[in-house]
Amino acid sequence: MIPSREITLNLLRVEGVASHSMSIPLLEVAAGECVCVSGPSGAGKSLLLRAIADLDPHEGRMWLDGREAHEFRPWEWRRQVGLLPAESQWWRDQVGEHFAAVDDAQWQALGFGRETLHWQVTRCSTGERQRLALLRLLANQPRVLLLDEPTAALDPAAVQRVEAMIAAYREERQAAVLWVSHDPAQMQRVATRQIRIVAGRLEGAA
Amino acid sequence: MSVIALSPFDLSLAALLVLLLAGLSWRLQLAMERKLLVAALRTTIQLMLIGLVLKVLFDHAEWWWVSLMALVMLAVAGREVMARQQRRFSGWRGYDVGTSAMFVSSFTVTLLALIVVIGNDPWYTPQYAIPLLGMVLGNTMNGIALGMDRLTSGAWQQRAVIEARLLLGQGAMEAVSDLRREAMRVGMIPMINSMAAAGIVSLPGMMTGQILAGTPPLEAVKYQILVMFLITAGTGFGTMVAVWRGARCLFDERDRLRLERLAGS
Repeated sequence: MIPSREITLNLLRVEGVASHSMSIPLLEVAAGECVCVSGPSGAGKSLLLRAIADLDPHEGRMWLDGREAHEFRPWEWRRQVGLLPAESQWWRDQVGEHFAAVDDAQWQALGFGRETLHWQVTRCSTGERQRLALLRLLANQPRVLLLDEPTAALDPAAVQRVEAMIAAYREERQAAVLWVSHDPAQMQRVATRQIRIVAGRLEGAA
Repeated sequence: MSVIALSPFDLSLAALLVLLLAGLSWRLQLAMERKLLVAALRTTIQLMLIGLVLKVLFDHAEWWWVSLMALVMLAVAGREVMARQQRRFSGWRGYDVGTSAMFVSSFTVTLLALIVVIGNDPWYTPQYAIPLLGMVLGNTMNGIALGMDRLTSGAWQQRAVIEARLLLGQGAMEAVSDLRREAMRVGMIPMINSMAAAGIVSLPGMMTGQILAGTPPLEAVKYQILVMFLITAGTGFGTMVAVWRGARCLFDERDRLRLERLAGS
């Protein structure tokens, strides 16, 4: 297969990935691109993201910037291909204990400051935790973002902030983004391309 | 001073107490009388049998008979470790993790005691080797069973957290570091407690037995201390090895959490 354009490797390439009932023949996301994934609940969107993050055993092959997944150490791959699950998880008491580094600009953009580091996780709202989880993921500086409904628990103002921050990160670092969303309006706002998964299969791209 | 031998009549007197308890249990509808009697019967038969086995073994103190006995004890302990876990590794893996950890720790510790500390000739003299191994193995078995149970049930409950940590780029062993520590602690607590309470709250069984058999108390105490230390080392190292290996078995070569390797309760 000869690419029509000049040879530009897509940042993320996923070929024949399948786990459970989900099976995707080919999916490519270029650097700086934001691909929105929609589809009914249980269609396999989250399974796809989990497979790409190499969290579930799966068939198929994956490349990041031309380098195949198995050439990475497992944790290396997951740092570069960062998955944000729909529900955030915390295992220490204080917020700050989950962070190795803090990017002040990013924290302020989502409405947090240095004092947030001392907050008790149990006293944060679901929305706060979701935003903090995004900051925690971005602290790894992943080159690919796999976002599983990152704004599901947020109020409209916070949704706007998160969308803006992800767009900025994508621009600045030329990251590839795969974004699972249920909101058509949001997809219009953030997507450079949209795909739909129904019953574990890819439906014609829009 | 020699042991006062117990006659069957002496034992029947004690058995009468158990029968009395069973009767009371029946009267109070505790529904424990059957279990109680079956357990009492089992204890009698099992101990008589092991008495016979030990008698034969002591008369034929060859190293292969002692080794065979030791291996049988190990195999039974391995099965027991499996049986005590709610969610255990299915198949061969479940047996292997606990049993190999027990083998490594209790056999090393017992061998060390037999050869270096006690220094009997030959070192495998069954009167020393079998009871020592039995005590070390029994306690190690407890520690490993507790530790493994905490590890596997914890992994089951904390699946989401472990996966979240993997997703943030932690390695497999780092993602379960808290759980591993907790499981090791749980496995080691009973023996630390029993060391702390020894002599004040409880008189350890071995020492009591030796004193009943006519050993001077201070000699019995020295042996008890030796045994306590051996048990502690055996349990501690065994639990660490088992939890460490068990934790590794929760993941595959790509550091994915594979909970389907655990069988349900």
